[in-house]
Amino acid sequence: MSVQTEQEAARSLLSVERLAIEFGHGARRRRVVDELSFTLQSGRTLCIAGESGSGKSLSALAIMGLLPRAAATPSGAILFKDQELLSLPERHMQRLRGREIAMIFQEPMTSLNPMMSIGQQLEETARRHRIAAGSGAHQRAREMLEAVRVPHVERRLKQYPHELSGGMRQRVMIAMAMLTNPKVLIADEPTTALDVTIQAQILELMRDLQREFNTAMLLITHDMGVVAEMADEVVVMNQGVVEEQAPLRQLFTHPKASYTQKLLAAVPRLGTAGPLASKTERPVVLEVDDLKVRFPLRRERLFTTPKEVRAVEGVSFRLHQGETLGIVGESGCGKSTTGKALMNMLAFEGSARLNGQELNGLKGEALKAVRRDIQMIFQDPFAALNPRKSILELVGEPLLIHHRLALHEREERVAALLEQVGLPGDTMRRYPHQFSGGQRQRICIARALALKPKVIIADEPVSALDVSVQAQVLELLETLQRQYDLSYLFISHDMAVVERLCHRVAVMYSGQIVEIGSRDQVLHDPQHAYTRRLLAAVPVPEMDSRRDFKALLEAFESPNPIKPHDYIAPAQCYIEPNAGHFVAV
Amino acid sequence: MAALRIFLTMCRRPSVAVALAFIVIVVVASLLAPWIAPYDPNEQFFEGLTLEGAPLPPNATYWLGTDLLGRDLFSRIVYGARTSLIIGIVANGIAVVIGTLVGITAGFVRGWLGMALMRLTDLMMAFPALLLAIALAAILSPSLWIVALVIAMVNWVQVARVIYSETISIAAREFVAVERTIGASSLRILFSHLLPHLVPTILVWATLGISTTVLLEATLSFLGIGVQPPLPSWGNIIFESQSYFTSASWLVLFPGVAIVALSLSFNLVGDALRDELDPTLKGRR
Repeated sequence: MSVQTEQEAARSLLSVERLAIEFGHGARRRRVVDELSFTLQSGRTLCIAGESGSGKSLSALAIMGLLPRAAATPSGAILFKDQELLSLPERHMQRLRGREIAMIFQEPMTSLNPMMSIGQQLEETARRHRIAAGSGAHQRAREMLEAVRVPHVERRLKQYPHELSGGMRQRVMIAMAMLTNPKVLIADEPTTALDVTIQAQILELMRDLQREFNTAMLLITHDMGVVAEMADEVVVMNQGVVEEQAPLRQLFTHPKASYTQKLLAAVPRLGTAGPLASKTERPVVLEVDDLKVRFPLRRERLFTTPKEVRAVEGVSFRLHQGETLGIVGESGCGKSTTGKALMNMLAFEGSARLNGQELNGLKGEALKAVRRDIQMIFQDPFAALNPRKSILELVGEPLLIHHRLALHEREERVAALLEQVGLPGDTMRRYPHQFSGGQRQRICIARALALKPKVIIADEPVSALDVSVQAQVLELLETLQRQYDLSYLFISHDMAVVERLCHRVAVMYSGQIVEIGSRDQVLHDPQHAYTRRLLAAVPVPEMDSRRDFKALLEAFESPNPIKPHDYIAPAQCYIEPNAGHFVAV
Repeated sequence: MAALRIFLTMCRRPSVAVALAFIVIVVVASLLAPWIAPYDPNEQFFEGLTLEGAPLPPNATYWLGTDLLGRDLFSRIVYGARTSLIIGIVANGIAVVIGTLVGITAGFVRGWLGMALMRLTDLMMAFPALLLAIALAAILSPSLWIVALVIAMVNWVQVARVIYSETISIAAREFVAVERTIGASSLRILFSHLLPHLVPTILVWATLGISTTVLLEATLSFLGIGVQPPLPSWGNIIFESQSYFTSASWLVLFPGVAIVALSLSFNLVGDALRDELDPTLKGRR
């Protein structure tokens, strides 16, 4: 191949031209992707960014020839090495799929076969695409796992998907996708289900592999931070329409489309939040001392000491009136368990006092009475609302249970509550499925507010929402806090959101608080190694701040939370580098 | 008022309207059997058999033909509707009620009570249903109501199993946990939040079960421990004449069609009812 044709090939390895995707028939026909065009080159990364419903994932599926049957592509072309993929018969497509164009998905657990070991799955891929056969396949599987820096390769090969952590599974998925050395790698939200430090590892890994194999990468994401870290060129999509298409630098420095500007403005950025007044001189509403949550495990054998999962190990903090205390940490650190324990949804040890009243061990009427003062908002507004109840029934239920309000009084109160959270009062006859995710979260907030609580525990309340909606819900929470002098316990994994909202921040790691202090102390002057690591991993939606995540690539071994029943954990000691700033040593 | 509205919207679907009409016909026929049936169902007509003693095919006198003993098949089917409906509705109704109670209790209360109930269910499942029915029927001398009871005793097991697992999966959903945090009592959660989600399953069993019940009754009748002849039921008409299927196919065909049409009708109505009661499906069809 001459140099010139090689360059030619590099220029347009994959090109999508005026692609349109439609669903439905006749009058119900809906165009979900319209006039999408882009070209992808070897060794370069193109990001398709957009919120849910923008058509970004469907576009990726169209390239793979995996669109659902109900979808039609009335116009457009997808050219891969001068082959038109849309009209390619399935038999030919199968040869390309996985071999030339590989894909990784958001949820690695559902993409791996739970009945086959990691080794079997990798070797099968190698054999199916005739990369290697016999012991060669095993050799190839080993090499690929090493390439994605999976520790203890030989042992991993024998393990099954459920034995690996989320990050390790995603590494295996990447190894499988890269095994055939594909020309194009499509990654659909590859890090969305992962913790930030794991996300940083995976992103670093993908960059590395791309450099090594000169792969063209199509990265689909909703996270502008990931875009800034990875992309060479960006396509911004909204409701199936391309809003803007530009090189990364231009997009971030001079966004043209108003939608892009709005999107970039809505992204919470670490280090940009305004000052917040300290609330520590206000009275304490919630006092938590040495909170422990343990889940007993079934005995493995008779006469062995029973074991237990130590989800929360001795957490203590104070929450003041009108204050927001953020609890941050990665999945499995015990932050949600802490919230659930405080709501008495789980049995716990230790003490938690709400306005001086002990919550531990409350039952029946006493517990019911306490619930008027402490309420919770959950992460998934889809799951938190009974789909068979109308909004009136759902938001009005606490009023019925606690105050036995008559129907017309409830209607009035529910209408007022809905207006307060920014929904028209007359929507109360509708059912949850008729609302969008953001609106549903507003409904959940209205329900939590119905009893006029003093404390609201918000467990990842905006994590399931699109960024633009996220900003609105956060604003609502702030307004309500000012209005009712509410105290929030704000549980989140998102540092930027926490920075915006929280007066004080506690960092949790394997069931314990490793650092707690005012927002500025913890987020801007972190003392504990884990806090630093967490902050270093947050992708920043800024140009010229592309970070080197190499330091994070080495797996950080988290201690095993399963302990024998009689194990006594070493007491945690804190130092106080600044007033009100405590760091575990 | 709401019930009437649901009824009217259901009737808008042609298949449901036909099914409802058929159910009404069967109910009316069973209630007014003495006036509708042209003959006494147990009278053996001399001219109801050919000279060789074979039953007559459908003709002007005997609309659906006659059976092996020269009785009028149409009259027997009309009277049999009574038996089959009672067995189908009563027996299956009792089975669904018992099954639902056991399933919900075991799935919602859990603990030792749930454990005991589910082990009992497993035991019943492992035991051959027919053997149990035979034993019960032998102890209690067979009559229509006893047969219904026996069938209910055998059939509740499957319902309990299904409702149990449904209850567990719904109780594990997040909105149930949320209800607890707003202070809802267990009874409130059970009746206001769990039960509405179980209605579709219960309805499907209440309607689907009718056909299996009618068939089980037929089996028991065949074994001589079901509805006792000469009292007709759709099941025992078929079983009395099944060996003559090739020479007198109408004897099996007409009651067979009646059974299929009745259970199909109940299924269609049940499906429509389930959809109508589910607010998340509104405006999607």
